[in-house]
Amino acid sequence: MTTAPLLIGHPLASKEHARHALLYMCRIRKFEEAVEDLFGRGMMHGTMHLSIGQEASPTGMCMALNLTDQITSTHRGHGHCIAKGADLTRMIAELLGKEIGYCGGRGGSMHIADVDTGNLGANGVVGGGIPIAAGAALASKMMKSGKVVVSFFGDGAMNEGAFHEAANLAAIWKLPMILFCENNKYGMSSSTEKAFAIDNLKDRALGYGIPSVNVDGNDVVAVYEQAQIAADRARNGEGPTLIVAETYRWKGHSRSDKNLYRTKEEIEEWRLLDPIPKFVEKILESKLMEQSEIDAIQAEAQDQVIAAVNEAVKAKSAEPSGLLAAVFKEISA
Amino acid sequence: MSDRMLTMAEAVREAMSIAFDERPEVFLLGEDVGIYGGAFGVSADMYHRYGAERVLDTPIAELGIVGAAVGAALAGMRPIVEIQFSDFTAQAMDQIANQAAKIHFMLGGALHVPMVLRTPQGSGTGAAAQHSQNLEPWFASVPGLKVVVPSNPADAKGLLLSAIDDPNPVIFLEHKLLYKIPGRDSVPVGSGRIPLGVAKVVREGKDLTIVATGIMVNKSWEVCEKLAAEGISITLIDPRTISPLDMQPVYESVEKTGRLLVVQEGPSHAGFINEVIAQMAGSSSFGSLIAPIKRLAGMNIPIPYAPQLEKAAVPQIEDIEIAARDIVKNWR
Ligand SMILES: Cc1ncc(C[n+]2csc(CCOP(=O)(O)OP(=O)(O)O)c2C)c(N)n1
Ligand SMILES: [Mg+2]
Repeated sequence: MTTAPLLIGHPLASKEHARHALLYMCRIRKFEEAVEDLFGRGMMHGTMHLSIGQEASPTGMCMALNLTDQITSTHRGHGHCIAKGADLTRMIAELLGKEIGYCGGRGGSMHIADVDTGNLGANGVVGGGIPIAAGAALASKMMKSGKVVVSFFGDGAMNEGAFHEAANLAAIWKLPMILFCENNKYGMSSSTEKAFAIDNLKDRALGYGIPSVNVDGNDVVAVYEQAQIAADRARNGEGPTLIVAETYRWKGHSRSDKNLYRTKEEIEEWRLLDPIPKFVEKILESKLMEQSEIDAIQAEAQDQVIAAVNEAVKAKSAEPSGLLAAVFKEISA
Repeated sequence: MSDRMLTMAEAVREAMSIAFDERPEVFLLGEDVGIYGGAFGVSADMYHRYGAERVLDTPIAELGIVGAAVGAALAGMRPIVEIQFSDFTAQAMDQIANQAAKIHFMLGGALHVPMVLRTPQGSGTGAAAQHSQNLEPWFASVPGLKVVVPSNPADAKGLLLSAIDDPNPVIFLEHKLLYKIPGRDSVPVGSGRIPLGVAKVVREGKDLTIVATGIMVNKSWEVCEKLAAEGISITLIDPRTISPLDMQPVYESVEKTGRLLVVQEGPSHAGFINEVIAQMAGSSSFGSLIAPIKRLAGMNIPIPYAPQLEKAAVPQIEDIEIAARDIVKNWR
């Protein structure tokens, strides 16, 4: 097993909380590096969208959620999935087309999701998850389940009709929903400057009567604090919140990206704002841990990912024989 | 300059460039078609050659993009809109099916929509269910749309030029596995057109007629070569445009061979290729058949991710080979 128990609360609330936030961010980083490596070695099929540099956003957001709270995710969804508590072995196994993979090898990188930890699905369609999150939030309200639903999406998704229609529904029905935009400055090659005529994406919420806030998406503490406020609003029946987390995608959009639309200098500048050392500094300042303990956590994340890869590689490949039967859920008697 | 071997991506780019040079009202719009050169590199350097005003990068907003193309088209421009994956035409379907396809008819002919929507489709890249579909029956079932499914670079070039000339909306479906491989035949230089609505007899034989679309033409070709060595000779027909559909060569061929195998990549249920079977069944050539019509198509499932699953979901060369040999051997 390569899961780690979830912990809810402020990343600096205790040593355990700090350990959790750091471990999770490092798990995401090491996972993504492993994916890149598997790809490079020709062991993985298809494409990949890495979230290296964005680890603080899902980690901070999910530390404000209960296990039963739900998320919808995106094509760049490995981090969301891990932050919500998924098992790394089953994630890698999915990428390798194994039977024990989360989707039985049918979904791959863009569809990995652990439904047991509240992940309603990654999505190959930009914006596709936002109305679905609104619907899950509607169900929460109708069924009085108390669940909060977070939709993760990118800056680019904000220009899809799906965002606009879902935001309005969430607003008028006061749904227990958080619209969480990871503004990593590009939708593929389109910078936010080119794709938007407003300077601050959070202003989009104004038109729907939804409160919104900007947050440093590379600061897990800041993300958690805003996430907590938004989750409280949702739980109190006050409706949705838009959080715009300012972050950056270090790697190319996918495997075929030549990075022609941005400069090396810009990428370098953002690499200096690495969310992991940023949090390490805060931990040291808070005196919750010593450097040696921090090093041990980083090594632990690496070990967990290596163990997951080793286990997944050995697992049985998915077989085509069950495909036809997999299309529909059986009607129960 | 003489004819050369090009890939489908190069041939499509060449056709777009010729159209750009011929007519100032032609322009390209779509997600990442500019500096990035398109998700599959089809527009490549066109942004540098023609500038940002004619090679328009758009936000991620398929409904808006296609709607803008429809509006620009009926107002006098000739847009080529690229949708990054054909799967995302779903977002734009109102503008495609309810607007573009119907405007000329509904408005009594007062307006028309000279727009081309180019989009990659098909499986084989491990991109899974939402990035691998063959949606040609969606478009082929909407009167008012012309639908082109090129199988090779030379056809893609000539057909795209005709599509851009056409005063009606044309959906141009490019198989993404064909983008990077050169065709069997060289691509003519110059601006020669291939008319829409004319099927191509790719090769002629006497034992079996195969009608295949898109990438299945290429797979079927391999089978024709292989079975020729076994003494089985096959006629291979590529409809090239599926709306309108040219059945005449199919009838003529079946009258000679008496056997028909149809092949498409998309799911069999309600697939386009069924239209070929239906028209055959209603034709006077039907009586020439000495064997039941055989259909090979994708499984009725979403395209799975893992390579071993993805392969199982769509017809492979071996499947076509077995079907072709069986029908010839079993029906004499
Ligand atoms: C509806 C739709 N249009 C286009 C695409 C192709 N595509 C995949 S990701 C992407 C960019 C998305 O940008 P953003 O929402 O900012 O997310 P990021 O990739 O930056 O995480 C595009 C254009 C898609 N998957 N779905
Ligand atoms: Mg983005």
